[in-house]
Amino acid sequence: MTNTVSSSLPVDKPLTVAGKEYKSRLLVGTGKYKDLAETKAAIEMSGAEIVTVAVRRTNIGQNADEPNLLDVISPDRYTILPNTAGCYTAKDAVRTCKLARELLGGHDLVKLEVLGDQKTLYPNVTETLIAAETLIKDGFKVMVYTTDDPLIAKRLEEMGCVAVMPLGAPIRSGLGIRNPYNIKMILENAKVPILVDAGVGTASDASIAMELGCGGVLMNTAIAAAKDPIRMANAMRLAVESGREAWLAGRMPRKLYASASSPIDGLII
Amino acid sequence: MQIKVNGESLELADNATISVLVTQMLLEDQRYAIEVNEEIISRSQHVTHFLSDGDQVEVVQAIGGG
Repeated sequence: MTNTVSSSLPVDKPLTVAGKEYKSRLLVGTGKYKDLAETKAAIEMSGAEIVTVAVRRTNIGQNADEPNLLDVISPDRYTILPNTAGCYTAKDAVRTCKLARELLGGHDLVKLEVLGDQKTLYPNVTETLIAAETLIKDGFKVMVYTTDDPLIAKRLEEMGCVAVMPLGAPIRSGLGIRNPYNIKMILENAKVPILVDAGVGTASDASIAMELGCGGVLMNTAIAAAKDPIRMANAMRLAVESGREAWLAGRMPRKLYASASSPIDGLII
Repeated sequence: MQIKVNGESLELADNATISVLVTQMLLEDQRYAIEVNEEIISRSQHVTHFLSDGDQVEVVQAIGGG
């Protein structure tokens, strides 16, 4: 067969974040991989175009020959999304974003996450709101990690965040989308992309997020901590694509009881 | 003079610029950002910005993260 069935389907519209279009709806992190070679291979396999990085102190006396993450994940090829992971106050998050902007030569797209405590890594919503306001005033384009509270999500959108990213479950928990109904509520009113960020454990979780109508999914550990991260990166790419296709197709309604799918007429009995 | 770089004490020649520190840290060809006393000093100013005794310097790079 030379033509696949999918080639005759209308092309999906791209994911648009801060005016830029992306074919892939899977966003990936670069943490927790065995080494940079594995990071590179997994990210290539995932098909992701937006890739998150952290900003950290340089080790004094480190080996200058050691490859740098940005040599492997080139800003010429990927949209680099620096995060504020590890920040617990608005002040620290803003400071980190400013350093990231300098580091990336004026690049102003950031992932804002302000955490509440170390045990849950739950978003600190009050500090997140303060940081978002400061960053937006300073010209940053903010993709914001937050709780799955529909009112807070709306507020962040109205403030001018370019994407709102509610958690599916706590960071690195791998528990999947714990409250799909909240994600649905967030989606109903949203005018910016809603991306599930955190909580995805396996491919079906990513599909569920996309079947709900999310603009995309951001994940790191679900790929990096899999036994075979490269293969899981492929699984996640397919899961995000198939979940999106199912959303576009529109699923059948749920019913409590059966109804026959074969015709009753013409039965021999 | 003594400055602090990423929380650690470092002895540097008096009147050294940020560029001197960058060279000493073998970072010239890499992507990095620098703060002096919590204020970002843009890369174009590293040649002309003199460090002072007691300065708190932060040197950061991008690493793996989610």
